[in-house]
Amino acid sequence: MSAVINVHDLNFSFGSGALTQPVLKNVTISIYKGEIVLMTGPSGSGKTTFLTIIGGLRQAYHGSVVVLDQQLINSNEQVKVKVRQQIGYIFQQHNLLKSLTALQNVCMTLEMQNSMTEQQRLDRAAEMLRAVGLGDRLNYKPDQLSAGQRQRVSIARALVGRPQIVLADEPTASLDKQSGHEAVAILKRLAKESQTTILLVTHDYRILDIADRVVELEDGVIKNA
Amino acid sequence: MNITAWFYFPARLAWRQLIFDRTKLIAATCGVLFACMLVFMQLGFRDSLYASAASAPIKLNGDLFLVHKQSEAMWRSIPFKRSELMRALGNPAVAEVYSLYLALAPFKNIETQVKRTLMVYGFDPDSMIFDIEDIQNKRIELRLKDTVLFDEYSRPEFGPVRPLLEAGRNGTEINDYKVIITGLFRLGISFAADGNVVTSDLNFMRIFPERSLSNIDVGVIRLHPGSSAKQTQAELSGQLNEFVNILTYEELLQHEKDYWANMAPIGFIFGFGTVMGLVVGLVIVYQILFTDITNHRNEFATLKAMGYEHGYFIRVVFASAFFLALLGFIPGYVLSVGLYHLAESQIFMPMPMTFSKVITVFTFILSMCAMAGFLAIHKLKAANPADMF
Ligand SMILES: Nc1ncnc2c1ncn2[C@@H]1O[C@H](COP(=O)(O)OP(=O)(O)OP(=O)(O)O)[C@@H](O)[C@H]1O
Ligand SMILES: [Mg+2]
Repeated sequence: MSAVINVHDLNFSFGSGALTQPVLKNVTISIYKGEIVLMTGPSGSGKTTFLTIIGGLRQAYHGSVVVLDQQLINSNEQVKVKVRQQIGYIFQQHNLLKSLTALQNVCMTLEMQNSMTEQQRLDRAAEMLRAVGLGDRLNYKPDQLSAGQRQRVSIARALVGRPQIVLADEPTASLDKQSGHEAVAILKRLAKESQTTILLVTHDYRILDIADRVVELEDGVIKNA
Repeated sequence: MNITAWFYFPARLAWRQLIFDRTKLIAATCGVLFACMLVFMQLGFRDSLYASAASAPIKLNGDLFLVHKQSEAMWRSIPFKRSELMRALGNPAVAEVYSLYLALAPFKNIETQVKRTLMVYGFDPDSMIFDIEDIQNKRIELRLKDTVLFDEYSRPEFGPVRPLLEAGRNGTEINDYKVIITGLFRLGISFAADGNVVTSDLNFMRIFPERSLSNIDVGVIRLHPGSSAKQTQAELSGQLNEFVNILTYEELLQHEKDYWANMAPIGFIFGFGTVMGLVVGLVIVYQILFTDITNHRNEFATLKAMGYEHGYFIRVVFASAFFLALLGFIPGYVLSVGLYHLAESQIFMPMPMTFSKVITVFTFILSMCAMAGFLAIHKLKAANPADMF
């Protein structure tokens, strides 16, 4: 099995000089294709920071972070944009565009792909929304949807581009037990169908059962990689 | 990358975001509309000023014109020796020369007796110096003593001259000298004179006893058919005294317009008004775009995290600016057309909505919005995707 995420001795700190605050210390972890990895750990332990570095959203300078064969340490903007385009994100807050309908929001992922026609985009986005159980809500704006439905639109948006990796930061935090589990189950089913790798940060112990592997980050150190 | 993806998608997103918040869209549109109308009105008044400044010379029937070098404009001309005009006859290309005498003088309203200043033109009635049929047809009457023709396009403060003439009341005073109005013509007013009267050169001297036939204001030269005005102008400038300017027809028109554009502060005032209108519009559009970017910061950061590049957001902002320009311009144009008509009917100034003016204003408004977009863009950098998780 090949590792799609290969992190070696990653160190990261916020601030500079006397105010330097180390957040990640010698983090080493490999995640393989098709794996579903859950990351837990106390608040402030650096989980979100780790995820943003993997996703090419935050620049790290020490160690080695190879994502989809791209070295992200000291990388330039083009490399990061390329990595971002191959990753699906699910944010803690849904972060949908509030002026767009569910369908249009999901299409935003596909508008970066020039090879598709507009009709193909719409068809695929609608199909994805049906897969997350929102076939009857295609033309609803985010503020006309419930929190659980919005999170499912986010999942559809993250998966519709058939990404290699899905990064999710506490996707169930704003959902109740029922809809939280439902959302993650959908994510798992769709990911398994297409061999997508998932790295999911959560405090929610009710969803640990979907994981292939659970790692714990404590005070910037991986405890059971 | 194909052009659809490059421009259409960001433009579509900009449009969808604009129409999502109708209240804000209306506010922004009103801002652009306001700037648009301000600029249309300023340019309209300015052009009408320039056009009216040339309303008299444009009807003059000649190939070359002599004016005193120190004459800033026809309405405040400095007279020069008629003999200078006569010397032009020495040039073989010159066919005829005619003298034009000008003066501002109070005209008494026949009804109210109130005096108001207008422009008096004096010339030989047979000279056909004005290319206006109503004047040419009256040359017999004009040769009589103390007769004048009155410009129907003069301001209404001079009285309802046409009905008065029809009622037989045709006597009034110009420069405290009794004259008889024997007819009407149509010329148009300017910023210098609220009305016009034409009369014969001899009558002109009666109305203005301090003037003499040997001191003229404008010399009108007609050339033999087929001779070149430019070449004759060059020859004459070597032959005539240097205190006269020799102007072609076009140069005379330009000379009159330039007076208002450069010499008088009025040209500056309208230019200033135009700039102010654009600045107000700029501030409004900038404000709207700026708050728009602030409000959409999270959304832009989300898109950035999904892999959209910085250039995409710049295009979104410029597309918004373009839509605002268009949305404000269209109603602004329609309202301005209405205001132009109102101005024409109320203050008797020509205010044509020319195609070139429409293009000019649209270009101004577009650059204004583009400038606002440019200023607002630096705010985009604040959309950092790392802060999204
Ligand atoms: N932009 C920032 N600037 C400075 N310090 C930061 C910044 N973001 C996070 N930190 C600090 O880095 C540490 C790790 O933050 P991080 O958000 O990664 O924690 P977390 O594990 O995701 O916590 P939680 O479970 O509460 O979301 C925290 O101590 C936090 O104060
Ligand atoms: Mg976090």
